[in-house]
Amino acid sequence: MHETFYDVMRRQGITRRSFLKYCSLAAAALGLGPEFAPKIAHAMETKPRIPVLWLHGLECTCCSESFIRSAHPLAKDVILSMISLDYDDTIMAAAGHQAEAIIEETIEKYDGNFILAVEGNAPLNEDGMYCIIGGKPFVEQLTHAAKHAKAIISWGSCASWGCVQAARPNPTRATPTHKVPGIGNKPIIKVPGCPPISEVMTAVITYMLTFEKMPSLDRQGRPKMFYSQRIHDKCYRRPHFDAGQFVEKFDDEGAKKGYCLYKVGCKGPTTYNACSTVRWSGGLSFPIQAGHPCIGCSEDGFWDKGSFYDRLTDIHGFGVEADADEIGTTAAVIVGGAAAIHAGASAVKRATQQGDQE
Amino acid sequence: MSVAKIHTEEAIYVYGPWIRIWHWTQAFAILVLGVTGYLIGAPPESVSSGEASDHFQMGYIRYFHFCAAYILIIGFVVRIWRAIVGNRHNREIFLPPVWRTSFWSEVWHEIKWYALVIPEPKKYVGHNPLALLAMHIMYVWTTIFMIITGLSLYGEGTGMGTWQHTFFTSWVNPLFGQSQDVHTWHHLGMWMLICFVITHVYVAVREDIMSRQSIISSMISGWRTFKDNRSN
Repeated sequence: MHETFYDVMRRQGITRRSFLKYCSLAAAALGLGPEFAPKIAHAMETKPRIPVLWLHGLECTCCSESFIRSAHPLAKDVILSMISLDYDDTIMAAAGHQAEAIIEETIEKYDGNFILAVEGNAPLNEDGMYCIIGGKPFVEQLTHAAKHAKAIISWGSCASWGCVQAARPNPTRATPTHKVPGIGNKPIIKVPGCPPISEVMTAVITYMLTFEKMPSLDRQGRPKMFYSQRIHDKCYRRPHFDAGQFVEKFDDEGAKKGYCLYKVGCKGPTTYNACSTVRWSGGLSFPIQAGHPCIGCSEDGFWDKGSFYDRLTDIHGFGVEADADEIGTTAAVIVGGAAAIHAGASAVKRATQQGDQE
Repeated sequence: MSVAKIHTEEAIYVYGPWIRIWHWTQAFAILVLGVTGYLIGAPPESVSSGEASDHFQMGYIRYFHFCAAYILIIGFVVRIWRAIVGNRHNREIFLPPVWRTSFWSEVWHEIKWYALVIPEPKKYVGHNPLALLAMHIMYVWTTIFMIITGLSLYGEGTGMGTWQHTFFTSWVNPLFGQSQDVHTWHHLGMWMLICFVITHVYVAVREDIMSRQSIISSMISGWRTFKDNRSN
């Protein structure tokens, strides 16, 4: 018989009291009512734990760094001890051939029944030679594991969208999970962000383990419970936006008073994430609260939209980089100028024609 | 000493009340949308005094933008209804007869008129063919584009489950990539409409003076008058 989550937790020295506290907090984090805490506890006591393979492609490990800082200590202890039992090459005890052998072991033992978590992405150029894991291209490891997985979690903006390594001109052809050929039609959950919020990561896993199904996803494959609203919609500086009170430049009076960061390029109005509700580091703060505009790190292609401090995207293809307003102003000036010149020419033409008639 | 000659002008009633009301509400809505839309993208100087609750500057700018947007949308729906039930002049900006070679030869004729090559244009009860093309591309399609992207952006605020989000945001955002790209294209659409308005107003004034028919007064009274009785 497989171990249950509860068995693992008790084995790790976690008391039942702490376990029940964790269940209540997990229920609250998922936005569920108090009656769900015993259900989560029951699920964790009875269900065999689902193994997780955590693969690392082209990435910076910021997703893992975020994940291990999940605010509630139990979330970290519990979830980490569970999934590290299988495979996560950056934090597992085993190394080398022993570590790689665990992947095959899990695939064999739990075929079609484990969750594949992907951090980073696979470069496809040169047959994937830009990212080698255990002597083989990462893309081979990824497609092999994906073939046998129950579902895939794309951690972070790398696995979800491509992130910095896929930024123009993307020399290695770094490709997000859902676009890698050979992944097939496995269900994929995108948890974008650079990195994603730690509590969001643990909550997504907890939800899947508790209810044995995927959380409800939006059209782009992100869990609705964390990505259905923009930072702007729940930002505590929103009243300053509506009032028209803006930071004009860093260190001005508005910045000191904590006004809205819209005019210094805040991407909050175009970014879907839970930062303004869940916040970071155990609910301590988030970028806007620290006085810096949101850079939109959980949005597709956020590296390629021009400066982090401009709200308008650079549009390529006009020879020079320009934003919509620069292009528009130029066009309007050309059209207006052309109309003026044409009006002048028409007037001259008419004057000479009338002269002819007389 | 010259004596003013009296001449009679043939007149045709071409623009019914719906079209005229639609035209001027659209003009008003586009003006408000352009100004408030620009200010949403580039807000005025920060309001530097008092509590946030003392002011609602951005709130009002956005409120007027949304009000004008709904007026524009309702006007556009009315216009489509008129295109279906109204006379053929109501339909022409939606369906320019691009399949007719005579249409294209008349477009060429108009281009020569604007290039000051030929001395006078033909007479038209409705739009001239070049105006029709400009209306169809620069006005009709840009407006449809602005309505779709606009409702998509609006749906981001109203949130999941609202009709704006379900019918627009849910597919427009993935289509463009992300919200910021929709904003960018909505900006470009605004500049397209600004270019259209400049052209439209200039050409209307010029044609009113130089062509063989009335232009500006027709959109006020509904009557098209012709300055001469010669055939085309």
